[in-house]
Amino acid sequence: MRIKLLPMIALSLGLVAVPAAAQEKLTVYTYDSFTAEWGPGPQVEKAFEAECGCDLQFVAVADGVALLNRLKLEGASTKADIVLGLDTNLTAEAKATGLFVPPGVDTGSVKVPGGWSDDTFVPYDYAHFAVIYDSEKLKNPPKSLHELVDGDPDEKIVLQDPRTSTPGLGLVLWVKAVYGDKAPEAWAKLKKRVLTVTPGWSEAYGLFTKGEAPMVLSYTTSPAYHMVAENTERYKAAAFEEGHYLQIEVAGVTTTGAKNPLSAKFMAFMTGPAFQDVIPETNWMFPAGKTDKPLNPAFGKLIVPSKTLVLSADEVAANRKNWVDEWLAAMSR
Amino acid sequence: MAGRDEPVRGTSRHPTSARGWDGRILAGILALAAIAILVGGAFAGLVIEGIRDLSGAIAAFDAYLGRIVRFTLWQAALSTALSIVPAIFVARALSRHPEFPGRAIILRLFALPLALPAIVAALGILALLGRAGYLASPLSAVSGGTWPGIYGLSGILVAHVFFNLPLATRFFLEALDTLPADQWRLASQLGMGPAASFRLVEWPTLRAALPAIAGLVFMLCITSFTIVLTLGGGPAATTLEVAIYQALRFDFDPARAVTFTLLQIVLTALVMFTLTRLGANAAIDSSLPVAQRKFVAIGTGEAVLNAALIALALIFVAGPIVATAAAGLEADLSRLAADPAVHQATLTSIVLAVLSALLSVAIALSLAAARQALAKRRAKRAGFVETLAGTGAGFVLVVPPIVIGAGWFVLLRHSDFLFAAAPIMVATVNAVMAMPFAIRAIRPAYDTAAERNDRLCAQLGLAGWNRAALIDWPVLRRPIATGFAFAMALSLGDLGVIALFGSDSVQTLPYLLLARLGSYRTDDAAGLALLLGLLCLALMFVADRFGKEKPA
Repeated sequence: MRIKLLPMIALSLGLVAVPAAAQEKLTVYTYDSFTAEWGPGPQVEKAFEAECGCDLQFVAVADGVALLNRLKLEGASTKADIVLGLDTNLTAEAKATGLFVPPGVDTGSVKVPGGWSDDTFVPYDYAHFAVIYDSEKLKNPPKSLHELVDGDPDEKIVLQDPRTSTPGLGLVLWVKAVYGDKAPEAWAKLKKRVLTVTPGWSEAYGLFTKGEAPMVLSYTTSPAYHMVAENTERYKAAAFEEGHYLQIEVAGVTTTGAKNPLSAKFMAFMTGPAFQDVIPETNWMFPAGKTDKPLNPAFGKLIVPSKTLVLSADEVAANRKNWVDEWLAAMSR
Repeated sequence: MAGRDEPVRGTSRHPTSARGWDGRILAGILALAAIAILVGGAFAGLVIEGIRDLSGAIAAFDAYLGRIVRFTLWQAALSTALSIVPAIFVARALSRHPEFPGRAIILRLFALPLALPAIVAALGILALLGRAGYLASPLSAVSGGTWPGIYGLSGILVAHVFFNLPLATRFFLEALDTLPADQWRLASQLGMGPAASFRLVEWPTLRAALPAIAGLVFMLCITSFTIVLTLGGGPAATTLEVAIYQALRFDFDPARAVTFTLLQIVLTALVMFTLTRLGANAAIDSSLPVAQRKFVAIGTGEAVLNAALIALALIFVAGPIVATAAAGLEADLSRLAADPAVHQATLTSIVLAVLSALLSVAIALSLAAARQALAKRRAKRAGFVETLAGTGAGFVLVVPPIVIGAGWFVLLRHSDFLFAAAPIMVATVNAVMAMPFAIRAIRPAYDTAAERNDRLCAQLGLAGWNRAALIDWPVLRRPIATGFAFAMALSLGDLGVIALFGSDSVQTLPYLLLARLGSYRTDDAAGLALLLGLLCLALMFVADRFGKEKPA
């Protein structure tokens, strides 16, 4: 039913804002799970406002893709000082808009797997994509992407659609990074194990926790949520020999923000402990900067990918459409 | 039932004050203008933005498009047939048993699926028919081997029938209710059996209502998105709506999105045109009813059959609803009930749903009035405004909310009005999207009432407010309440629009539900689905009470 179109339909271009306060103000565009009551937003806002004596305003849209679209539409007249929540698959396109400037802060303290060299965007968290499985249903989880592709077609996995979702695109890139030109053949085989392909992460994870399939595509950090919030180790990530594809979330200063002295302050704050301590148990991702608090022990129980796979932002931007079409052709057959 | 294109009788062109007609037509034109501005504005925004780069629109016509158009039409046609045909018989059974135990509750339950976000309904259906569903083990035993679940075309069809069979049943029932009691009495006096009375009394009315109801269901199915992707089993099941979404949301290619939307409208128009050939013009019996009660003598055999039919439909609709409720009961309901975010969202949902429903009913009434007034005036063929007021306006249903949202965003992006626009847009878009439902509930009764009462009122010199209060309101209050209930259910469950404008300023229950689902809080989401269902039932109950005819 289109009327309930939903989650996906999520905000392509959100409309939000609150009247300006008299004090100095910093406007940050982000995605809505960041500003949700259980997300990092409320704590981050409180901490930063206390530090700067200013007013931090979030404007939330659906996700990274929506963020970029909104920014493109607003162009140079955007009200955003900072855009927080793009991922590395979007940075090439974001840079091409010419709307971002170097952050003007030292990013030396930032640590992400594989290192960070981009001079425009600053990472704030990261996680690897992973196949999460239900250990009560699946006794022999796949140990590699190859085992996933070639495994028993009766043991199903739920995937997301790369045309509409970020993890969906993540798996397309992961398969590409491992199989290269042989990706279509891999997809044709994997197709037999795919229960269904949902429009977004929520639907896929919902089907998985309802027990419809013993596997789902998600993040290495997903089991941490179940351990911390539900006190169960039932759901685990399968470690793959070939390595795991990495998602890094970044923020950048816009041309509007370049005129606001608070922008650089926020970027420095973002990579520091007051921000980073909040991330793990609200965004369920790994902090990319310095923390003061030790990570919840649950994070120590997560698998550590033997190798980080990542394709360059430029390569992704240039080939995304072809690779998604390739996926579509193989999966529609 | 209204003659769609023909004046019902020559005598209907009676002397009435020109002023009265103009008022009705003006109301209709205003309603049409509001819809035109809403949709046209959005298109204008996207066209202005898209005109700079038409390559996406030109490249849109490829083999992939051909494939998804075929699939879109195929699943929508099948879903419509599977919803409509059983609905005719269920509605007839319900209509012949006005005293059926629990009838009022069944009818209320039948409006409920509309208020459920698609993913909630999908999970409800899967709780029964999925691989891990309650029915998986008996089904495995029957099918031999492991039950594969209902992923694929079958899953899409089951879900669409779940949404649309109850909807169509209620609308067919609404049409049957316009039959004057005298016809039943006559049928009974002539000793008509169930077959004869179906053929001679009920079928003409049902057939006249068929194109519009089938059209409505078809439009809902052709624009299906979450259901098709989630239950479809893979990207081979892709609808045009998915392509529109992808074009706008992922690629931000307005030209391509507009092209796909126009294609969707044209395809729907073709199907609607074909559907009208299935219909028939039924003459409205314009005499005032004399008999007060329905005279139907029903044999035991037919009664058993009807009861079985109603029971089957009830099980089919109630199953997933019960499964959804059961899942909701496992949530931490006391914590949810104490959550201020939930209170706020519930309040927002109620206010928006009631506002949208009121606006929706007002638009529907204006359009029904204008159409009727114009139909009386003209010589032969329906004019432009009349056709628009009759069927054209219904096409808003196939304009994706994301298109309206994005288009208006483009138009308003540099104005400060943008920030105030969000709640207004949500209420307006919901109202307009629910209008086709309201009109379906209201128009048959409106046309019948107009046909019966126009001359009388002209003779008595009744017009304007007096006429509305004394003549129209008593016969229209029940259909208006039905239209109101549907519009409200639809707005309650809506997310397309909410999601576009939602964010912080307009957080409704479905929005909150999806946000929880999107951050691992599956139990919270199930609890909120239960709350949403209960809220819908409660509002429906109020609407029904309001619409109850006073005992004669």
